[in-house]
Amino acid sequence: MNAPFFKFELFSSDVSLIIAFVIGIGFGFMLERGGFGSARILAAQFYFGNMRVLKVMFTAIVTAMIGIYFLSVIGFMDLSLIYVSNTYIIPQVLGGLILGVGFVIGGYCPGTSMVAFSTGKIDGLIYVLGIFAGIFVFGELFPLITNFYYSTDMGSVTIPSFFGLSYGLVVFLVIVMAIGAFAVAEWSEKKFADRNPEKSL
Amino acid sequence: MTSLIKSFSHVFEKDESHVHVENNAQPYWNPYITGIGLGLVLLAAYVIMGRGLGASGAVSTVVAVGVNTIAPEHASGNQFYTEYLGDGKTNPLKDWLVFEVLGVIAGGFLSGTLAHRVKKGIDKGPRVSNRTRLIYAFIGGGLMGFGAKLARGCTSGQALSGGAILNLGSWAFMMMIFAGGYAAAYFMRRQWL
Repeated sequence: MNAPFFKFELFSSDVSLIIAFVIGIGFGFMLERGGFGSARILAAQFYFGNMRVLKVMFTAIVTAMIGIYFLSVIGFMDLSLIYVSNTYIIPQVLGGLILGVGFVIGGYCPGTSMVAFSTGKIDGLIYVLGIFAGIFVFGELFPLITNFYYSTDMGSVTIPSFFGLSYGLVVFLVIVMAIGAFAVAEWSEKKFADRNPEKSL
Repeated sequence: MTSLIKSFSHVFEKDESHVHVENNAQPYWNPYITGIGLGLVLLAAYVIMGRGLGASGAVSTVVAVGVNTIAPEHASGNQFYTEYLGDGKTNPLKDWLVFEVLGVIAGGFLSGTLAHRVKKGIDKGPRVSNRTRLIYAFIGGGLMGFGAKLARGCTSGQALSGGAILNLGSWAFMMMIFAGGYAAAYFMRRQWL
């Protein structure tokens, strides 16, 4: 058992900031490679014409999920040291809805807007300023919504623990679901090919 | 804000003439290959740090530091800001997510430069003005910032990172992002199609 390395104090927290920067480079690089610096491509997800958001996101989740599961099964990584943040179901469901609406209005999510901004998109920069404003408004309203913010606390809960299924079975089900989603995505892109901005870029 | 947006769109309009000149941008990577690459970056974050990726958290830290600089008493009385400001012993900007997001900006620029995709412009559908697009970008960013705080993370920190460790709240959140996006898409069609 050696991983997560940081939890076993293999390096200091100053070093972790350098690692943060390097991992960030990888993250930003992949987002840009995937076409996520473009609001039109991102938004096309919601008009069925370009399903890169779904494809990249689910492939990434499946890849990391299999990796984490595999490394814990072979005893390399201690899964219990990975912090599963608490589920506050109602605030998170509402937050997700607001995010989804914001996604289709603004054309980005926070990470992708950083990449858009760094590749010269003015709408990306304005979007980032919008995030600052939204978080500031949230901060100012926080005293009024503190109770709601902490409501419906379900504790640290995963899909396997909540439904009483084995971790491996859920990993398998997620893979099956992802493959199904990819099939639908491919079909959708063919059917709504005229709505794919990638072809005109 | 409106005048700021106006000045930004002016800058763009002046440049429009030579925007299309350097059109040697390479095609994007295959989404499944990109997804595997992104998944490996996420896996590396978990293996090395025991935590996932993020984006909106870094903005929260900067907002908290900003409020604390302008109105320290106001910030110290608000639990949302104090959580990001820490105990005062270390600089709150020496934060994992702040450095990670600086990396995201650098990585995006690096990838864009290598593929000849870095160019000043506004990304939008053909039927919407620059000004409207930028106003919508600001509103969308605002909703995203607010929603991400309510949900304790955005697409990166909650959906992607929490999704990979099968966090129940993350999956519920992710489904709601798609639900919200598809529900609002009809009203935004003029901006994109």
